[in-house]
Amino acid sequence: MKITENSALSLGKMLQSREISVIELLTEYLKETEAKKDLNAFITICRDESLKRANIIQKNIDDKVLSSPLAGVPMAVKDNICTKNILTSCASKMLSDFKPPYSATAVERLEKAGAVLIGKTNMDEFAMGGSTESSYYGSVKNPKDTKKVSGGSSGGTAAAVASNQCAYGLGSDTGGSVRQPASFCGITGLMPTYGSVSRYGLIAYASSLDRIGVMGKNMSDCAAVLSEIYGSDKKDMTCSVAKKTDFTSFCDLGIRGMKIGIPRNFFSEQTDAFVGKSVLQGARELEKSGAELYEFELPLTDYYLPTYYITACAEASSNLSRYDGIKYGFCQSGDELEQMYVKTRTEGFGLEVKRRIMLGTYVLSSGYYEDYYKKALKVRRLIKDSFDDAFKKYDLLLTPTAPTTAYNIGENRNDPLKMYQGDIYTVAASLSGIPAASIPCGKNQEGMPIGMQLMAPQLREDVIVRVGCAYEKITGGSVDE
Amino acid sequence: MSDSYEIVMGIEVHAELSTESKIFCSCATKFGKEPNTQICPICTGMPGTLPLLNKKVVEFAVKTGLALNCSITKENKFDRKNYFYPDLPKAYQISQLYLPICRNGYIEINSKGKKKKIGIHEIHMEEDAGKLIHDENATLIDYNRCGVPLLEIVSEPHFSNGDEVVAYLTALREILIYTGVSDCKMQEGSMRADINLSVRKRGEKELSTRTEMKNMSSFKEIKRAVEYEAERQISIKQRGERVLQQTIRWDEEKGIGIVMRSKENADDYRYFPEPDIMPVVISDGEIKRIKNLLPELPQQKRQRYISEFGLNDYDASIITSEKELCDLFERTTALCDRPKEVCNMIMGELMRILSSLGKTAENLNVAPEKLASLINIISEGKINRNIGKDVFEQIYFYNVDPWEYVKENNLLILDDPELTEKTVNEIISENQKSVSDYLSGKQKAKGYLIGLVMKRLKGRADPKSVNEAVDKKLKQLQP
Repeated sequence: MKITENSALSLGKMLQSREISVIELLTEYLKETEAKKDLNAFITICRDESLKRANIIQKNIDDKVLSSPLAGVPMAVKDNICTKNILTSCASKMLSDFKPPYSATAVERLEKAGAVLIGKTNMDEFAMGGSTESSYYGSVKNPKDTKKVSGGSSGGTAAAVASNQCAYGLGSDTGGSVRQPASFCGITGLMPTYGSVSRYGLIAYASSLDRIGVMGKNMSDCAAVLSEIYGSDKKDMTCSVAKKTDFTSFCDLGIRGMKIGIPRNFFSEQTDAFVGKSVLQGARELEKSGAELYEFELPLTDYYLPTYYITACAEASSNLSRYDGIKYGFCQSGDELEQMYVKTRTEGFGLEVKRRIMLGTYVLSSGYYEDYYKKALKVRRLIKDSFDDAFKKYDLLLTPTAPTTAYNIGENRNDPLKMYQGDIYTVAASLSGIPAASIPCGKNQEGMPIGMQLMAPQLREDVIVRVGCAYEKITGGSVDE
Repeated sequence: MSDSYEIVMGIEVHAELSTESKIFCSCATKFGKEPNTQICPICTGMPGTLPLLNKKVVEFAVKTGLALNCSITKENKFDRKNYFYPDLPKAYQISQLYLPICRNGYIEINSKGKKKKIGIHEIHMEEDAGKLIHDENATLIDYNRCGVPLLEIVSEPHFSNGDEVVAYLTALREILIYTGVSDCKMQEGSMRADINLSVRKRGEKELSTRTEMKNMSSFKEIKRAVEYEAERQISIKQRGERVLQQTIRWDEEKGIGIVMRSKENADDYRYFPEPDIMPVVISDGEIKRIKNLLPELPQQKRQRYISEFGLNDYDASIITSEKELCDLFERTTALCDRPKEVCNMIMGELMRILSSLGKTAENLNVAPEKLASLINIISEGKINRNIGKDVFEQIYFYNVDPWEYVKENNLLILDDPELTEKTVNEIISENQKSVSDYLSGKQKAKGYLIGLVMKRLKGRADPKSVNEAVDKKLKQLQP
């Protein structure tokens, strides 16, 4: 087994026990990034910065001032999460020269724990998409089959983790952007409760839905990373209720007596039959370990996608207005102010981003606000209530992460509605603010990974960690069995 | 102006709050600093940054609302107002549309002796935009003002003439300064008033199409602009034409309004709830605490000055029109317990000096202790009133201690009847012409002689004894 195939936590232990040095480990990963360039998982490789940093971290480990389980372990960060003085492009021409003078709180916290940033990962432009095909820097290829997409929008981080180009990574999840690519690439992706991890430094797509999420080889790694970034932050007013927690302490608690709800309507005809079967099979494995399974119906499922897309596009149309060519980023000059705006935004944004800005502008326009945006806010409330009700009966909900496995690159590119359909099972947790994860549960006939989604009540990431870890124990572990 | 029309006006006042830091970041708010020296990633809307609400802004807004008799919204939310302009770096302004912090208040104004209640429709919190500086070849942007907290105070359409508008703005300005919420300097743009004006035939109930006027730099200009616009609209109506809904920029130099934009193709600001700021809940306890912080307001003070200190209405309103004058008056009176004397010194000497220097009472540098001591010295008859005026000047300009100054310069009143008599004799003998004038019936000549005596005694003699001595001498000379 190659050293880069180890989990982040085992690597952390090896570094603490000096089995390997930080530089040696980093060098191995840098070799992987060089060898797997074709997957296009990274926009930027931070070779010089990471080598410099590796020396500092090594010294801190040697001096015994840094004993975090992740100290010295290389991580990748999605390119919409700000990293000080390092290109943070959102995979857009618009920000293709943007180097923020600050780092996101989540990045700062991980760096304090000794993380070594190996690079910034590719993504759908401004996190809008489910296949990483809308990136200004080109599509990311799925490491399991390079003809297929890696999922999106955090497709770069997912592919990087799955192909051992980093030990773990950060993604962002607005409607499924951590969970779905995790599912497509066969890794674990965990989206924490809205407001439990600071959004400071996460470049906004839809502020009321955006979350930073963790992507790793297994649930224990995700729990360890989450433990470092979790908890309130004075720089984000919407991040004030969560307390710092060590989630790795939940890994071995088991799931005996845990009530797992399985919403029948998440296994409808639009779900690939093989996917549905594998997820249900996974549920039965959990039952064998002592969990109780309950089938039930969740209401309002037809409203998930319209509610999500109205809300997300509305907020996006406002959040992306600041890219006007005046202060930073791409600028195309014009004879008059308005002409400059039009040229800059026409040339600086890609098709999908423009589509969502147009949709969002429409639903907020006077005369339509009440019919669309305001109605979506109300329905969002009802969806959240329906999950609150479900969690009165069940500790956890179990569904497929996505209706299908990874599809071919280009297959859905010209059919945005079909692309949006892929978010059907992930957007509900986004709208409800609850934590959710995708864990690998088998492969289809073609060998493409299938993801099982676990959803828990607000601030109950511990339940997800317990179930995820229990499932890994049953199936004997992680990505490549 | 035709009497068959009446004017209906409402006012939107933007007041910059005097908080140390901006509304959503910790940048300073000082006026007049080098461009782009009071900015940070948050107030310039850099990607990934988030707003952090300055609690002081909420406190100031509640304070203002309470001072203007408003009801306070318990659960406050912010909304985004979206529009593109280079001075607005996020391309949206964080404001309040759906749930403004204060509603349904009023101010009582006194316009040309008539009292009137002006309704306050709402007050909301928002962030200011930056400033564009137009160069010969380029337009530059100064973001220092970005994120300076503003209150927008929206009146009901209760005004029918320019005097009422000025009375309202004067009263509002006083209250905002008194409560310490804003310094309200129109020249620096920390108080700006937009006037919504329409005219209608007297007796009509419906409001007619209105225009919005901006860019007036003083109350005087506001009054001029209001009169100009009312006449313009009336003449349009008299011609049987339609007033267009427009935003008008007032051109002070030319004394005319210039159309900035027509609102027929109305702006759509696509307001929606600001997702980056959690609702701000204001408890009853918090409202009570802020209520206790409210100072006595100008109108209350005016009443008290009249009833408690016996000032007349005019003096009381002049002194209460400036917070600094009130402070000086009250603190000095507390020290010397001679309110009328204090009032006279402020209304007389202080106002004379200020007006000769073309200054206002702002940053007044007169120590109440020194003024009280001076007033005691005068009232106890230790120096003459005229010398007192000189001493006041010394206090104002050189910050002298009045008692030491009087002693050092030998200004104490003279208690020397012999010297007085001797000086009177000298003056009488040197001014025979005036004496004979007096004796032939010219009363004025006596005053002249008294003046000469006082002058020779360097103003230090007791005027009463000089008067008596001169009288006595002249009587002796009477045939």
